[in-house]
Amino acid sequence: MLVSILHRVTGSGLSVVGLGVLLWWLCALVSGPEAYATFSKHAGSWYGLVVLVGLTWAFFQHLASGLRHFVLDVGAGYELGANARWSVLTMVIAVVLTAGFWALILAR
Amino acid sequence: MGNGTSIGRVRGLGSAHSGAQSWLHERFTGIASLLVSGYFLVSLLLLPSLNYLTVRAWIAHPVPATVMALFVIVNFAHARSGMLVVIEDYVHEHGSKFAVVTLLNLVAFAGTAFGLLSIVRLALGA
Repeated sequence: MLVSILHRVTGSGLSVVGLGVLLWWLCALVSGPEAYATFSKHAGSWYGLVVLVGLTWAFFQHLASGLRHFVLDVGAGYELGANARWSVLTMVIAVVLTAGFWALILAR
Repeated sequence: MGNGTSIGRVRGLGSAHSGAQSWLHERFTGIASLLVSGYFLVSLLLLPSLNYLTVRAWIAHPVPATVMALFVIVNFAHARSGMLVVIEDYVHEHGSKFAVVTLLNLVAFAGTAFGLLSIVRLALGA
């Protein structure tokens, strides 16, 4: 239930905020160095990082629960134990991948 | 109702009458999104820095430009597909639903066009 709601929430968030940030980033790239500097200033600020880390987590959560949906679509994974185990695992995988991604970004 | 196969007798009689196509569209665009988004995230990690000149030089190359164009197309298509399901689940009044779905389509296609045009300009050296 929680993972199903998370799939919707992260999907909607990625659609609205994620694609919005994508278009802003592309627009800044086209507009030139000053516009890109403005984008980078906001992206590197504390609130920018909250949004970007949030988007990364939303992506990995949506990816993990989306892959779980593919498994459920073929009719597998409906046993109570396995179903509960895989839902929890999607959340663990999402947090681990988000942490790993940002560790690599910050270590550069 | 005595004739035809068992599937033929019930086909189209569900409460929604249709939907398999949009259900499949959501899955196909989801798989495509997985591929292009994976490429994008790995590219971000492999770039030596994310400053203006580095990112611009990267996206101007043919393969990154192609994949990022696909990234825009695929992710707006997948977002449109998914948001449509969300809207259909929560907006029930016909007039409002028509208005919100119209808005969704306008935003999705406008966003795709804007993203694609930006990438084309970057790839061709704006």
